[in-house]
Amino acid sequence: MKVLAAMSGGVDSAVAAARAVEAGHEVVGVHLALSRMPGTLRTGSRGCCTIEDSMDAQRAANIIGIPYYVWDFSERFKLDVVDDFIAEYSAGRTPNPCMRCNERIKFAALLEKALDLGFDAVATGHYASIVTDARGNRELHRAAAWAKDQSYVLGVLTTDQLAHSMFPLGATPSKAEVRAEAAERGFSVANKPDSHDICFIPDGDTRGWLAERVGAEQGVIRDREGTAVGTHEGAHAFTVGQRKGLSIGVPTPDGRPRFVLEVKPATNEVVVGPKEALDIAEIAGSKFSWAGLAPDDPTAPFECEVQIRAHSDPVPATAMLRSGELVITPYEPLNGVAPGQTAVVYVGTRVLGQCTIDRTVSAVPVSA
Amino acid sequence: MPVYLDHAATTPMLPEAIDAYVSALGIVGNPSSIHSQGQNAKRMLEEAREHVAASLGAEPIEVVFTSGGTEAVNLAVKGLYWARAADPGRNGSERAPRSRILVPRGEHHATVDTVEWLERHHGAVIEWIPLDALGRISLPALEAALGPDVALVTLLWANNEVGTIQPVTDVVRLAARHEVPVHVDAVSAYGHVPIDFASSGIAALSVSAHKIGGPLGIGALVLARSATVEPLIHGGGQQRQVRSGTQDAPAAIAFGVAAQHPSPSLTMLRDRIITGVRKAVPSAVLRGDPVDRVDNNAHFTFPGCEGDSLLFLLDVAGVSVSTGSACQAGIPEASHVLLAMGLSEAEARGALRITVGHTTTDSDADAFLAALPTAVALAQRAGYSDREVTAGA
Repeated sequence: MKVLAAMSGGVDSAVAAARAVEAGHEVVGVHLALSRMPGTLRTGSRGCCTIEDSMDAQRAANIIGIPYYVWDFSERFKLDVVDDFIAEYSAGRTPNPCMRCNERIKFAALLEKALDLGFDAVATGHYASIVTDARGNRELHRAAAWAKDQSYVLGVLTTDQLAHSMFPLGATPSKAEVRAEAAERGFSVANKPDSHDICFIPDGDTRGWLAERVGAEQGVIRDREGTAVGTHEGAHAFTVGQRKGLSIGVPTPDGRPRFVLEVKPATNEVVVGPKEALDIAEIAGSKFSWAGLAPDDPTAPFECEVQIRAHSDPVPATAMLRSGELVITPYEPLNGVAPGQTAVVYVGTRVLGQCTIDRTVSAVPVSA
Repeated sequence: MPVYLDHAATTPMLPEAIDAYVSALGIVGNPSSIHSQGQNAKRMLEEAREHVAASLGAEPIEVVFTSGGTEAVNLAVKGLYWARAADPGRNGSERAPRSRILVPRGEHHATVDTVEWLERHHGAVIEWIPLDALGRISLPALEAALGPDVALVTLLWANNEVGTIQPVTDVVRLAARHEVPVHVDAVSAYGHVPIDFASSGIAALSVSAHKIGGPLGIGALVLARSATVEPLIHGGGQQRQVRSGTQDAPAAIAFGVAAQHPSPSLTMLRDRIITGVRKAVPSAVLRGDPVDRVDNNAHFTFPGCEGDSLLFLLDVAGVSVSTGSACQAGIPEASHVLLAMGLSEAEARGALRITVGHTTTDSDADAFLAALPTAVALAQRAGYSDREVTAGA
């Protein structure tokens, strides 16, 4: 097959590209330029858009012996990922930009361009597996390396996208093994640190970055009953479940800590309450997709596990389609769920599908 | 072997230049040393300077070797600006500060970034002179902008992307009325346009060796005796105190050999490509001046295509060409030259520069023309990189 290896400049995608070559494919390395301002060398290797990352990717491609190009997706990235991130936060939601990038850039804009230019598939360094069932249907599964598993951020992939995706690291038992392989292959990036933060916020200061773009105005912090208990410096800086950074003058009568329960950008209010009020009995979203075959009758409740963050534990649940929403009911309450997050639904190791969370139902009614 | 049609980026070294370079690397002696071995190195260096000077109609003393075209441009533009700014004009009753730099739009980044740096850090005032649709400087606009407070005029002799030859003689004539020095970046023109520095009235002229079959890493600023520049590099005072540093005699010798071997006329090959592209892809638009263009340059835009898609597809088909625009970390940008010529961002995207040179054959041109229609068809299917994706593929 003609395979486009997306090369970020990190160790995982470099090893993935090398493995695709060894699997017998005709491979071309492509680095995605996602920013018009790729920064300086000093900003280092924190994300996917620095000059240093591009050079690292190129050196790995040189060693593998494959052609290498930089493709510019900066305009689409700005519209679909960065602007979306700002809009979601402005609406009081907590988006996952990496997921959005997979959904709209890597496995959409890049994949479509690759197919149009004559490639058969896109390979990435994600830790996830594609399994083909007895009837030839492709399924997305967790990686063998559970600790590094990235199937969550790929939960947005559809059947068509999976048909043209390749994850050569899926069966690798650990990241250490990938690093060792990279060192053996002579890749300069073998010991390059992992990127953690949001790539378009190079200094990692998400709140400061957002404040510059959405503005920060002082507002009121209220408890669940509506009583003002303090002030804040801009609602966008808060995330559901957050405890730190709340300046509340009025202590709770019982002295117990308070947590952010809700962010209301329309009125610039933050609602706080006790930890148990974060317990969520039900989540639902109208923007959902199936990663491969959908359940036979998705309108009937089916057993599954739900995961609401990239590295949180999956929780047993039932799910079903109801009135155009994927509704997920965990057996135990979920803690700290924010609208805008993605709920990925698993059956065993298989990713069944996902939805963006629009609404949540608290397990604890107000004023118990 | 891939077909190489990117000679404007760099052209292969002439075998004679390689031979001279290799044997010169065996010479022992710093040209600045006083002993016989130093004198021998100096003799060979100065012979090389004479050859380069002769190829440009200049006197050897006017040739200042640099590390390449970019350094030559920096030395000319910054050096002339600093020298002129420190020496206010005497026209009229008042001494006018000379802070304005007149620059056509669509210049090479060596110039654009240098004048913008002077603007940010040294009080320069940049006036961008418009280009017409063919990439030629507007002479009326230049004439209107000239005055005693102008530090210098700087322009490309031939545009490095679209190949348009500028009316350098007219520019120098207009500038001379106000005694304003003119720097000409002749990197793309060198070897393709007759250059007679002595009769040109140009104050400073930049060239690069690797564009004419010499080695990388050496160029020259031809600096008229009458022109004064402040040096960028200070040290041992070599080369009229203008450019200190031990001189690279082997590179200069190889440069000198290349300068003695004028390029054959490339017009037939270039026109074979221009005619062939128009036939193969009727929607393609030739950019730059169709007549007053350097003999090695064919430049087209292909509607509906992204230049980097075309470049990629031709590369995998074994043909090396360029999008012509500047890259940072390989990130393509819409060409500021094409935008200055009045193209829209969309029109400017599908640009391809095909440049021929001394090793190019008819079959090279034909191999490119054979690969082009498929590349254009696929690139059109892929469209522009900012297109809406059809979600879910």
